[in-house]
Amino acid sequence: MRFSIYRFDPDADASPHMKDYELALEAGDMMLLDALILIKAQDDSLSLRKSCREGVCGSDAMNINGKNGLACITPLSSLKEPIELRPLPGLPVIRDLVVDMEPFFKQYRSIKPYLINNDPPPETERLQSPQERAELDGLYECILCACCTTSCPSFWWNPEKFVGPAGLLQAWRFIADTRDQATSERLDDLEDPYRLFRCHGIMNCVDACPKGLNPTEAIGKIKGMMVRRTV
Amino acid sequence: MERRKFDVAIIGAGGAGMRAALQLSSAGYKVAVLSKVFPTRSHTVAAQGGITAALGNVTEDNWLWHMYDTVKGSDYLGDQDAIEYMCRMGPQVVYEMEHFGLPFSRLENGKIYQRPFGGQSRNFGGDQAARTCAAADRTGHAMLHTLYQRNIQAKTHFFVEFLAIDLVRDAEGRALGVVALDMERGEPLLVEARATLLATGGAGRIFQASTNAFINTGDGLGMASRAGIPLEDMEFWQFHPTGVMGAGVLISEGVRGEGGYLVNGAGERFMERYAPHARDLAGRDVVARAIAIEIHEGRGCGSRKDHVLLKLDHIGKDEILDKLPGIREIALKFAHVDPLEAPIPVVPTAHYMMGGIPTHYRGQVVVPARTGPEEAVPGLYAIGECACVSVHGANRLGGNSLLDLLVFGQAAAEHIVEFLKENPTSPPIPREGPDLALARLARWERREGTERVADVYRDMQGIMQSHCGVFRRAEVLEEGIAKLEEARQRLDRAAIGDHSKVFNTARVEALELENLMEVAFATIRSAAARTESRGAHARDDYPERDDRNWLKHTLAHRDGTIDYKPVRLKPLTVSSFPPKTRTY
Repeated sequence: MRFSIYRFDPDADASPHMKDYELALEAGDMMLLDALILIKAQDDSLSLRKSCREGVCGSDAMNINGKNGLACITPLSSLKEPIELRPLPGLPVIRDLVVDMEPFFKQYRSIKPYLINNDPPPETERLQSPQERAELDGLYECILCACCTTSCPSFWWNPEKFVGPAGLLQAWRFIADTRDQATSERLDDLEDPYRLFRCHGIMNCVDACPKGLNPTEAIGKIKGMMVRRTV
Repeated sequence: MERRKFDVAIIGAGGAGMRAALQLSSAGYKVAVLSKVFPTRSHTVAAQGGITAALGNVTEDNWLWHMYDTVKGSDYLGDQDAIEYMCRMGPQVVYEMEHFGLPFSRLENGKIYQRPFGGQSRNFGGDQAARTCAAADRTGHAMLHTLYQRNIQAKTHFFVEFLAIDLVRDAEGRALGVVALDMERGEPLLVEARATLLATGGAGRIFQASTNAFINTGDGLGMASRAGIPLEDMEFWQFHPTGVMGAGVLISEGVRGEGGYLVNGAGERFMERYAPHARDLAGRDVVARAIAIEIHEGRGCGSRKDHVLLKLDHIGKDEILDKLPGIREIALKFAHVDPLEAPIPVVPTAHYMMGGIPTHYRGQVVVPARTGPEEAVPGLYAIGECACVSVHGANRLGGNSLLDLLVFGQAAAEHIVEFLKENPTSPPIPREGPDLALARLARWERREGTERVADVYRDMQGIMQSHCGVFRRAEVLEEGIAKLEEARQRLDRAAIGDHSKVFNTARVEALELENLMEVAFATIRSAAARTESRGAHARDDYPERDDRNWLKHTLAHRDGTIDYKPVRLKPLTVSSFPPKTRTY
């Protein structure tokens, strides 16, 4: 099986290059991450992030044959050869497949991703009906892998100003939570030509999300809420 | 070397470390959390089924019943003061997480959803209880993200992708901070702190087949061991009954809690033979051994009869999609079956380390010293899976690990606050303080070597898998110790090929393997020494529990010697649960 992998070590290389690897693999149901581990056993200078290997931690997001995804839940059998691997687009490369995620996390933190409720907490749980709780499905499952945000052209052009699909999905997760009391502050914060409104509904995010979440839909709901509150 | 100064250094940003950090940051202390991965990548994220606490939302409940179940589940090796504390605090820490925003699943009346889990009973061994609070089957994910979110609000200082190398202590043994490797820049950083808290999680990567993430390499245990602190009860490793055959990925006990059950090659619901009352919801050690026996005796499933099947399609599509959506995702991806229609092939898989760094129930690390077996190490704390407090004893109950993280994260933070008040300043760091850590880093600069880290890594896992698995016996363990010694010598002769400073994961993996090696040795030596069967430690050659000789905790020192200390049978306020025969 043939691989072509983006390599760049700022300590040693003047510029990035693609390096070819070949693995003799038995036919089976390996994931891309399994293959990368075998490649790393041959060439330990290949740097990548990895942890849970089951698609819940969000470490091993990369650009796989032109599409963002998680290496650990991408079956090798689903990929055309040579398999071309690059770091996530739109973020500075630290080394090889490792990118600087800070611009992404900075936008995430900017939406105040925590429950705001100023009432004194009750002795037991705050009540929420199963229907109210169901509003959070498809939102809270985000693993912050950045596949969506780094596939979004609006984020590529304005990473400092546009929150991006992952951050906006989480903004809606808190607006949609019946326990949160900061809806109007959250909407005020997003009422800006860039933070929310740079989303042009290109929907790359939906296509890229390895968890099957739909940031575009959440963004639409935030926009809808803004329209409703002005009329 | 660059130096930073904080009130508290916390190593690890999983559930335990972040719960403690939140408390300390909110109290106004300067807290540094060092993590080798971004906080939400920590392995707490992979916990599925839930967190156990006696809320009584579904079945009548009482924290004392939870305590009884936990003591029994531990096969009476758990310390009853710590168990009482954990179970009593359970409802409070769960409600608090709900107030923090954790999106728990809900019952029709709006309260937190609870499901039955293994080893849970009402009224001290009576009917099945439903005590495990869940956010579908993604409870750990929901908890970890919620804790990270609250720490953003509390302005905790995170050092992301900093690998802790070694503790810094003075001649009296007081902890003064830690040296860490900044993975992005390849430079060491000295973090000075008045109190140091280890929350580095598990070490399941000592085994070939494990539900654990790649990052679970026992870094805190390695650091403690190198600092002369013995490791407690390391022979007790939980093999989860249901890891996906081949891939090892976890399938939550919540599946059996929601009504799923195991069948063998003959289609028989075999747990009825092993645990007539609790059946598939017996203790995990009991279920894992039953599966191993079924497979060993030729009653496995598939053409190689090497697994059993977990059937859940009868639960119904709506229930599965609502309560077990993550399990369905995993089964589709890693087992190529849709559990709405077909059962999932599973095998017992290494999952959780009951042992760890010895602590008392308020999180302080305790070691044998002149004053007795449990003298506190000033300024040093450990919590979560890396610690042995010991609430899980010889076998952990499902849902008790997330609870452990929160309860002892909070308890340690409270004790640290007292310690900081009593110790407004800390002694200066001796000049040679960081030497141990710097020597570890320098060792991997060596360019000549005859062995490769990846080969030694793989061989160590193979040795632990075949010599220290579900069933153990003397000859096999002794042979394993000899082989492991060989592997350790090979590691001394190993070199890495990558000498770049920038994000050098080859160096990180070499340093991790050194930690795993400490854990593997403590594990297999402790297992060889304990000539009885208790909880998850099952000896073919000593099949019975032996309370007369072995109702005691193991303390494995780095030089190979082993000490023991008594189990704390006396709870804090209630009466003791004396050891009795354990059946489900």
